[in-house]
Amino acid sequence: MSDIHLTLKIWRQEGPDAPGRLQTYASGPISTDMSFLEMLDVLNERLTGEGEEPVAFDHDCREGICGMCGAVVNGHPHGPEKETTLCQLHMRHFKDGDTLVIEPFRARAFRIEKDLVVDRSGLDKMITAGGFVSVNTGGAPDANAIPIPQKNAEEAMDAAACIGCGACVAACPNASAMLFVAAKVSHLSLLPQGHPERARRALDMVREMDELGFGNCSNERECEAACPKGISIRNIARLNREFLKAAILSDED
Amino acid sequence: MGSIGSLYRSSVGKKSIMAASGLLLSLFLLTHLLGNSVSFLGRDAFNAYAEKLHSLGGLVYVFEIGLLTLFLIHIITGIILYVENLQARPARYSVNTAEGGRSWGSRTMPYTGVIIIVFIIVHLLNFHFTDKSVPVADLVRGLLSRPPLALFYIVSLLAVALHLSHGAWSLFQSIGFNHDKYNGVLLKGALAFSILVGTVFILIPVLALVSRSFLL
Ligand code: HEM
Ligand code: SF4
Ligand code: FES
Repeated sequence: MSDIHLTLKIWRQEGPDAPGRLQTYASGPISTDMSFLEMLDVLNERLTGEGEEPVAFDHDCREGICGMCGAVVNGHPHGPEKETTLCQLHMRHFKDGDTLVIEPFRARAFRIEKDLVVDRSGLDKMITAGGFVSVNTGGAPDANAIPIPQKNAEEAMDAAACIGCGACVAACPNASAMLFVAAKVSHLSLLPQGHPERARRALDMVREMDELGFGNCSNERECEAACPKGISIRNIARLNREFLKAAILSDED
Repeated sequence: MGSIGSLYRSSVGKKSIMAASGLLLSLFLLTHLLGNSVSFLGRDAFNAYAEKLHSLGGLVYVFEIGLLTLFLIHIITGIILYVENLQARPARYSVNTAEGGRSWGSRTMPYTGVIIIVFIIVHLLNFHFTDKSVPVADLVRGLLSRPPLALFYIVSLLAVALHLSHGAWSLFQSIGFNHDKYNGVLLKGALAFSILVGTVFILIPVLALVSRSFLL
């Protein structure tokens, strides 16, 4: 395959409180078979060789399933391809001579650690606040002991596809985490195992989300369009429903 | 739980209050629209309609206080949400590109909102805090046949329509109503509602400007 040459403008920031700025690099020859992260690997090897600090970025599986990677490329979280994580984005989607501005996910609740690495532990805190079911361990239950309508199982499965990457927060004009919370609340409240705690869960996760300083949802639909797993905003409507029902009708507070 | 106060402390609760007040304001807009449409039937019908409305006396007063309260709730909550949303992203992106979810209506909600506030003040000064002995048909003609004021009304009403093009769908999402079967209808319905509201309201300043016989 052919090589392309790109101009990279990458956000460099030494630490959480250090000032950051965009620094321009020539990519050198990049194979179009590479993934976006491999392109950054190539750049980092060169920078290391030149005695410069490599660009810090998060990654793990590089298979689009762990949710670790993510940066904003020319304004698009995870780059311009629909339903694709940054690690699964191939360089063949770019043209020779393109300029790519690469920035970290930006939100008050996501502190920048270094360069493109942001602290997304807020997402974990929201899970800790209510994104679970409390089931005592014991003998394995019979399969199909609890009947679940096929449609519910499918919708719960769709919601469970969320990999917790935070691109929805990055894409939202208000830096709201509603799509992430909605995916988790939907996943659990659609299934009978999640029912005992559904009111608590909706109230606690929304409270945690607000306390962490994420923004409010304005139904702009940018999250849905940016999500690498195609999580639908119908889940946000379900979260709103779950929350309002819990806040107005349940005994929980 | 269950009090408005505790709802107000949460983001989802505030949005539901935005949605409820927005829905009631939209319903008011619809009745206002029907009332204004009487002007198309001619001068006598319109004056008679206004007389009838004023003769309701105390009821009108109660209605006005309710409407004012709704506006204040909607405006104050809207401002709080706007400020909180700005604070949620203190550092801006160098490159901003929409993903394709936002619409003209959704991006401009706070700005069209501000235009509506200014409009309401001017509108009330024009038609509410004014000499009530002048027949309403003459009042409308006298004011809206002046090009600068008519233009201001037209632009403001376009802002109302733009606000509703997003709001009339968004309110359903905010209160948790989004269903495969109905979402397409809701999206189109919101657009249709905003176009209807915009067109009928704007027809009045346009007619006052260009028609020699309107309300005469
Ligand atoms: C004719 C009067 C008005 C009507 C019928 C109306 C209607 C609506 C509706 C239906 C919504 C959607 C609520 C939701 O997303 O759940 C909305 C949102 C909004 N309105 Fe209004 N509105 C009016 C006047 C105003 C005014 C005067 C302001 C000024 C502050 C304003 C500011 C906003 C804002 C900022 C939002 C978006 C809130 C958010 O999503 O964060 N509106 N409006
Ligand atoms: S909802 Fe989508 S964008 Fe948001 S965290 Fe989950 S996978 Fe990422
Ligand atoms: S590195 Fe695991 S999803 Fe991209």
